[in-house]
Formats: sequence, structure tokens, C-alpha cells
Amino acid sequence: MTFLIKRKMKSLNTSMALILALFCFSAHANAATNEPVATLRGKAEIPDQSKPKRIPKMLNTDIKQARNYPMQPPVIPHTTRNYEVNLNNNKCMSCHSRQHTQASQAPMVSVTHFMDRDGNFLAEISPRRYFCNQCHVPQLDAKPLVENTFIDMHSLMKQKTSNNDSTKH
Amino acid sequence: MINRREFIKANAVAAAAAVAGVSVPVAASNLITSSDITKLKWDKAPCRFCGTGCSVNVGVMDGKIVATHGDIKSPVNKGLNCVKGYFLSKILYGKDRLTTPLLRMKNGKYHKEGEFTPISWDSAFDIMAQKAKETLKASGPTALGMFGSGQWTIHEGYAAVKLMKAGFRTNNIDPNARHCMASAVGGFMRTFGIDEPMGCYDDMEAADAMVLWGSNMAEMHPILWTRITDRKLSAPHVKVAVLSTFEHRSFDLADNGMIFTPQTDLAILNFIANYIIQTDSVNHDFVNKHTNFRRGVTDIGYGLRPEHPLEQKAKNAGSGDSSPINFEEYAEFVSTYTVESVSKLSGVPQDNLIALAKLYADPKIKVCSFWTMGFNQHTRGVWANNLVYNIHLLTGKISTPGNSPFSLTGQPSACGTAREVGTFSHRLPADMVVKNPKHRKIAEKIWKLPEGTIPAKPGYHAVLQNRMLKDGKLNFYWVQCNNNMQAAANMMEETYPGYRNPANFIVVSDPYPTVTAQAGDLILPTAMWVEKEGAYGNAERRTQAWYQMVSAPEGAKSDLWQLVEFSKRFTIEEVWPEELIAKQPEVRGKTLFDVLFRNGHVDEFSLDEIPDDRLNDEARDFGFYIQKGLFEEYATFGRGKAHDLAPYDRYHQERGLRWPVVKGKETLWRYKEGSDPYVKPGSDFDFYGKPDGRAIIFALPYEPAAESPDVEYDLWLSTGRVLEHWHSGSMTQRVPELYKAMPDALVYMHPDDAKARGMRRGDLVNLISRRGEVQTRVETRGRNKPPRGLVFMPWFDASRLVNKVTLDATDPLSKQTDFKKCAIKVVKA
Repeated sequence: MTFLIKRKMKSLNTSMALILALFCFSAHANAATNEPVATLRGKAEIPDQSKPKRIPKMLNTDIKQARNYPMQPPVIPHTTRNYEVNLNNNKCMSCHSRQHTQASQAPMVSVTHFMDRDGNFLAEISPRRYFCNQCHVPQLDAKPLVENTFIDMHSLMKQKTSNNDSTKH
Repeated sequence: MINRREFIKANAVAAAAAVAGVSVPVAASNLITSSDITKLKWDKAPCRFCGTGCSVNVGVMDGKIVATHGDIKSPVNKGLNCVKGYFLSKILYGKDRLTTPLLRMKNGKYHKEGEFTPISWDSAFDIMAQKAKETLKASGPTALGMFGSGQWTIHEGYAAVKLMKAGFRTNNIDPNARHCMASAVGGFMRTFGIDEPMGCYDDMEAADAMVLWGSNMAEMHPILWTRITDRKLSAPHVKVAVLSTFEHRSFDLADNGMIFTPQTDLAILNFIANYIIQTDSVNHDFVNKHTNFRRGVTDIGYGLRPEHPLEQKAKNAGSGDSSPINFEEYAEFVSTYTVESVSKLSGVPQDNLIALAKLYADPKIKVCSFWTMGFNQHTRGVWANNLVYNIHLLTGKISTPGNSPFSLTGQPSACGTAREVGTFSHRLPADMVVKNPKHRKIAEKIWKLPEGTIPAKPGYHAVLQNRMLKDGKLNFYWVQCNNNMQAAANMMEETYPGYRNPANFIVVSDPYPTVTAQAGDLILPTAMWVEKEGAYGNAERRTQAWYQMVSAPEGAKSDLWQLVEFSKRFTIEEVWPEELIAKQPEVRGKTLFDVLFRNGHVDEFSLDEIPDDRLNDEARDFGFYIQKGLFEEYATFGRGKAHDLAPYDRYHQERGLRWPVVKGKETLWRYKEGSDPYVKPGSDFDFYGKPDGRAIIFALPYEPAAESPDVEYDLWLSTGRVLEHWHSGSMTQRVPELYKAMPDALVYMHPDDAKARGMRRGDLVNLISRRGEVQTRVETRGRNKPPRGLVFMPWFDASRLVNKVTLDATDPLSKQTDFKKCAIKVVKA
């Protein structure tokens, strides 16, 4: 279990770093028209290219990330290097299966994973969910090239409730 | 999203209130439960990405998409999505969505070398129409062209075909599906005389064996892969064989994984045919009743420019001719493909080859074959398709549950739009072709146009379009719904000089500023996916429709709106010659919009058919239910001709239907009596695409690739896709979670190949071919594990354009590029 405690300590430090990073973040400015418009190319003209950055490290904080909506498969907050998921072995399930979560303290796979194509619950996870990496992906320490303005439904609801409250009072 | 400070504050207030026993205002409570606030409006749509055609439930709140998940009611995916599908909600919301047309301008006027400057839609159509009219006047309709997409909705593809082939009278319209599906189409037409798979996805649950031929379904068709995985792991007798030129994720499920030398798949296919014959496993009854044998001509070239030495050397460049032979002659033809010779050529051990051949030869094993780009992006792609049908036809393992040669599609409507609507330079709807006068006549009649409207000569296909742009023969060019600067091969020698040729005016419609937009002269901001009503057709002939669910960002317009609105800018006198107008004088003085879209068909259905609470920006703008009108007019091409579609409204109710839909019923297995209403009674099987009802078994040899490694360019390069990104990444690279899962395209290399060049993982390297170079970093321990002598680099990354390096060799029959084979060297940067 000391292993687990260590991982948690490391997580706390990283979470503080993340909060600091949030404050430092500045909005992405719109590209001016006298520059190349292709925003994913780092301002390089098409025949040229910008120097490829180093291969980012895989994030290994063990900090759960909020989901964008309830049905979103959670991203993997740890490295999966050398994790085998094949005919003989499913390394992910050695922590995330129902039997192992008490010892591992990893989240159990969702109940939907026990359902077959017709919605019947099986005694073990459904083979159609066997390859975890089709939906769950680890995250690399890379800064997105373009901001995404997706709005969480919770933000929309908060807006509405505060509007309702202000009209009442 | 709640931030940390709000989180603590909300919890403190709630805790204090609980202690005091008082209730708190809703805003301060930590849980909102009021149903008028938490309610989401859910609707169904097919996924925006691959050809699998999963149905997705889309949740909308206050005009924004806030959630998406797999549709439990869909027979395709039964509630599942892949990681891309689960993040569909975010693809619309990249901060750099385009919201105004941008024109290259200098001193207030259009200039080829000008800077992108915001202009109004009206000014955008002004300059477009001016350029199109100048081009028509100077060089005629063949100087006009369009590059479309297997991601166009059925309506958009159909409107585009009409506008180009009948309106502007040019066949220079081709879809990016040319890069993706053309060899599959060629294979179907040559073997069966009718396009698209005979079977369906239900085959996966019925099969005893599944063989992947040059398809990494685990990454490229993840939901179909879940069905294969489900079958394989829940029925232990089921075997999975995987063939590829490098090891990838699909090998994780394989009993028999095989790495072969590029191009030798042709020899392996012929070996299996030989094995079937040698072991007396031919289903003679089936073969005698339902097949013919033919020998195809050989040495057909590589689809390069005609002056290229390889084309000069080819005896039968571009020929798809063949002559009849008998079974004995065919048996003799394949007899040289022995296990010894093919094992030596391909590098696959003999035992693995025999185990593979047994899956086909054993009459007790029901077998599916799946393929995608490994077969199709191949200088002998049509042959590869023909050869895999051979082994299913020799054994009669076809058109019955679990026995299925299955060509998978890459794009959401490669089948529905590119193939069925016929947005290719040689095609018309329902498998018809422009060079057949009867077919042109049928189209002209349905479109209520005079005979002779549609030109007979096939137009420029995708690769030829780029060459003609470079050569200055194609001068007005409109690109919609794809990113061909990034996608097409040999960018530095063909695509880029073509787009930047001062003789040409290039229009690019896209939601985002892509590499192609950057290379264009006018950029049109475009609505996407559920910002418009549409329909797609997936790989198993399933047609699926959706309603518009949200508004596009102010200023962005759908491809359909752009096509139809642009048609208002032309009077018929400006585009048709007098002798054609004289055949139908009532078109005189009308616009292309009147003639093509206010023709009594397309404008047949009123806005009353659209419920008041439904968005439909295009219909409300044009004043009629244009999507229904386009669909119903289009459907008349296929009804009664084995391509029957249901009435349009039904597609809004169903999770799709597999055509032909006859008497309200979809068709799961074609050509088999009892499951296909078009089969002649008493025939058992009827390949009715051919006049005599017989499919063709082709004698076709192994021929080498266009370019193979040599002393200087010593490595094979294969390009391809990845799970996390859709094609060129213009949507998925803007989703932070997908970007962070796979930010950069690396070159995947065998550790010993890296070591031999003094390289380590992460090193900066240049990939250099005879045509160009690209810089990236080395990956030696990633998910793809190439053998020595081959490297793999995906093409999703706009910042590292691997198509600067690739070769624009094509299958001479299908004109589809081989993106899987060229020779390069890799050197340290």
C-alpha cells in the first residue's frame, strides 16, 4: 500500500502545479490576416515546416479529470507503457476489474461494461469492451494548439439558475 | 465547469445551511434538480467520422451540443462509440471556426499573392461567379472543376453532381473517396457488375473465421472491431487472421498474424486459390452455375504521368481488358503460386500461409474477409479486390450469413454519397456512367433537361485534377468538405504548385482554416455535421438521416446552401450553348437555380412538412424542403433498379435501412435467393449485375510495386491513420483530449533500423524521397511495430506533411493512389 500513498502524494503536488498553470493561461489570439491562416501549422508556410517539438511525456499524475459530460469515457490519468491488452492478457483489468478495485483503489469499470449487445448483464465484462484503448486514452503533456470553446452543461445550468434567482429577487 | 474556489464556496454554504436546517437558493445548492433546467434535447445522427456508420445520440441545451454518446437503439453500435465518437460534442467548438469568407487581396482587390481579407458572402459569390464565367468564356467547361467528399451529405453530393455535370456541363467532379474507395468500386464492378458489399455487419456474429487483409480495424473501424472481438472472445472456436506490412493493434486479437513484404498480397491471394484447387476444395456446383473465368491483361502501368519512364515501359498501360478462359486454364495460371514460392516472395512462413488458406478451403468454416486501404491504396488495387472475390467464389462462400468478402469504407458517406450518388468524374447515380448514352439519357430525363446536356467524356479524377491544375488546364476549382492539400500524394511536385499556379482560382469551403484553405484563394466558412440536415450511407448499404440540431456559428453556411445559392449567379445563357438551349426553349432567361433546383421535383415539398420547432436553415432560406426534394428526386434513379431507397421521411424514424429497400423491407444479403428480392426465383444465387447472372473469377498475376527501396532510398514508407484522429485531423486535433492522446505524427521504426542509423527514440529526423522531405521524430516503441526495412508515418498532422514525400502512383484502373508504398531514406536532422 505504500506504493499507493506515494502515488497520491505525487498527485497532490501535481495538482497544485496545475492550478498555477490555469492562472497563467492566456487566451489564444486570433491569427492576423497577414500570417498563414492554418492554425495547426505554427505559422509555417506550406512548403516549410516548424521544428517538431520533443515527444511529450505521458501524464502520470493519477488525478481524475472531470468529464465533459457523464457519458464521456474517462481519460487515463497514468502511463500505460508496456500494458498488454491482447488475446492472453488484459493488464488494465488487473486493477480496474470489480474483484481488484478494493486492493488497487482504482475505479471499477462502469456497469455498462458488463452488458452484451442486447443489454443483458453478464457475470464478467463483455468481450465487446475487451480492448479498453478503443475508448480510453492516456494524455500526453502537450499544450493544445487551438482552444476549444465547448461549454459544459453545468455552466449553462448555473447561468439559468442564477438568471432565475435574479428575476425572483 | 466549476472552478476550485466555487467548489469550496458552494460546499461551505451547503454545509452551513444543513447545520442551520434552512434551505438555500438553487444557485447556492450543490445540486441542480429542477427538470426544466436539467432537461436535454436528444436526437440521433450518424457519427461524423468513419464508414462504420455508428448512430450517436446528441444532447443539446440552449442551442449548444453538450453531450454525445453511442445510440443503444442502433444495430451498428448498440450503445458504443470509439474515443473519437465519444468526443463528437467538441468538434464544432474549436476557437478558430471560420465565420466570414476570406479572399486573398492586395490594394482592395483580389490578388493571387494577396493576404486573406474578410469579405461578405455577397462579395465572395461575386468574385467566384466572375472567375467561373471568365474561365468558361476563355477555356470552356473542362477548365472548371470541383473536388468533393465522401463526407458530403447525400443531398450535398447530389446537388454538386447536378450543378457540375448538368449546370456547368463538366465532368471534372471527383470526391476524396477516390483516395479511399475507388479500387473497391472497380473490383465490385469488374467482378459483379454492381457496386458495394453483398453482405452486412451481421456476418461478424455468424462467422467462424475472420481475415483482415491490409486493414487495421482496431484503430480505423473500432466499433466493428468490438463486434469482431465480441465474436472471437465469446465463441472460442472462431479464428482471426491478420495480414499487414507491419504489426499494429489488430494483431492483439490474431491467432495468425502475418507480416508480408509490400505488394506480395497479390501472390498470397493466388496461393490460396491454388491451395483450394490443389486440395480439391472447389465448390464445383457453385462455380459451374454462378461464375465465369477470365484472364486479365497484365503490365498495365502505374497511373503516373504518361511521360514517366514506367508508363512508357508498360505494354498495356491503363488497360482493364480481359478474355474468357476455362477452369483448367485458371487452375494452371495459379499453379505457380506454390506455398514455397509465395512464402519466399512474401516473407510469410509456410505454416502461416497454409493455416490461412485452410480458413477458406475448409467447407465447414464460414469466413469473412475484411479490407480497407491496404488493398485499395495499391497500384493493383482493383486486382487485389478481384483476387479476394476469387477465393470466396471458388468455395461458394459468399452472400450467406458469415460468408462475406467485405470491403470496409473509410468515410461516413463514401458509399452513400460518393458511390451511390456517383460524385466521381465518370459516374452518375445508381452505378450509371457518363460514357453510356443510355445512362445520360436517363439522368437527363429525371432532371428534365434536354438530351445532350451531360458531357460524354469522363472528367478529371482526383490525381489528374492536381496535375491539370499544375499544367494550367483546370482554372476554376472548388474544394468542399475535405483537406486535399494535406491528403493528396506528391504535394511538392503536384498539389501545391497546382493550387498556387497564377492561372487558377481556388475556392475552399471548410469549417476550419486547414492546410488546403491556406493554399486557396477564397475560403468559405462552412457549417458542419448537425448544424445542417443530412443523410449518410455506411459500408453495409445503410442509409441514415438526421435533423439539424444546432445553428452554425453566425456567418458559416452549409455546403448545400453554398452550392445551391451559387447556382443563382448564372443564367442558362451564360453556361449553355445556344443549340442546347434551343432544344428546350423554356429554360431561356432562367437561372441555374431555376433549372436545376426549382424544377418541380426538388422544390416539390413545402416548409409545412418541417415541424415548427425544427431548425432547417437551408429549407427556410430557399422556401421549400430542399433536403426532401433532393433526396426524392435522387431516389428515383435507383428505385426498381436494385438500388431502392425508402421514402425520405422514414429515414428520420429509423436507425438506418440497408438498400435495396423493397416493399418497405431492407436487404441483408444480396444475390442470394430468399434474402434478396431481386434474385431470379429458382436460381439459388444470382449475380444480376452481370447480364448472365454470373460473377467473374479473374486470372491476374503478382506484379511489383511502382517504387521499391534501393541502395540510396533504402526503406519502404507506408502512411496511414490513427485511432484518435479523423483523417487530416482538422476536427479531432481541435479536441484537447484527442490532441493530447496523439499530438504529433511520429515515424514508427524498428529499433534495429534506428540503431543502424545511429538514431534513438525521440531523435529529430528527415524523411527524404525523390520528391520532397518531411521532418519528424523517431518512435521505436509505439503501437505500430514495423519490420526492418519499413517505416510508418500517419498523415493526420498538419504541421508535418508526410505527403511531401509520397508518390502519386495510382492503380491504372481505379486511379486510386498507393499511399502505402514508396522508397525513402531517413537521416538525422
